[in-house]
Amino acid sequence: MAEARISIPRSAAKGEVIEIKVLIQHPMETGFRRDLEGNAIPVHIIDRFVCTYNGEEVFRADFHPSIAANPYLSFHTVAIESGRLEFTWHDDDGSVHTESAEISVV
Amino acid sequence: MKVDRRGVLSLAGGGLALASLHPLAAREARRLTYDQALQAITGGREPTDGRVTLELPKIAETGNSVPLTVHVESPMTADDHVARIHLLSMGNPRPNVASFHLGPRAGLAQVRTRIKLSRTQQVVALAEMSDGSLWRDQASIVVTLGACVEDIWLD
Repeated sequence: MAEARISIPRSAAKGEVIEIKVLIQHPMETGFRRDLEGNAIPVHIIDRFVCTYNGEEVFRADFHPSIAANPYLSFHTVAIESGRLEFTWHDDDGSVHTESAEISVV
Repeated sequence: MKVDRRGVLSLAGGGLALASLHPLAAREARRLTYDQALQAITGGREPTDGRVTLELPKIAETGNSVPLTVHVESPMTADDHVARIHLLSMGNPRPNVASFHLGPRAGLAQVRTRIKLSRTQQVVALAEMSDGSLWRDQASIVVTLGACVEDIWLD
């Protein structure tokens, strides 16, 4: 799978609500389009995104084909402790893309 | 096998009936309607207007990538938080758009994303709270050029 971008603050105060922004390159094919030869292009989407914070799930999204290409998400979490946030995109072809980011909480 | 006029006619009639059912009608019958998608989420519970704010532009020149913000008023504590936010489209070929699973660790029940819209329509946001209550908001949007041409290409 393609390139992903993540934006989270590098540090935060304990208890602060932080915004997380993520984007991944993906066509999010609806299954309603045709190629130049007139053949139907099958559905091909990211159908699930999960964010964990030191191993615990804090946010999950189920996507349907109506999510725009290169799916973008902004969501929030409470900065409870320093550690690692992990981001996982599940493609409906079975492949998985994972990224992670560190945050220091003071 | 003896082929007479009546047999040929009834065969032709049957063929026509089949042709009219297939493939458009068959696809149409399989497809989830908005009401069915809503029912699958609510399980018959009646959502209340309020607590949810769905922000969409009033007009989109194309429906390919429309920015959307959904915000739910909630203290986001262990006892009282938003469990799920669902986005539904009344005008797209498929009514389900996305579901977001939150919890007290979200701190703030606000999600932004970008969606595809096939035509001018209403978009609905539903919030399921930890106490099981359901809240909703709805927004209208004029789409000048739709994201897909499913009415032409549908097969």
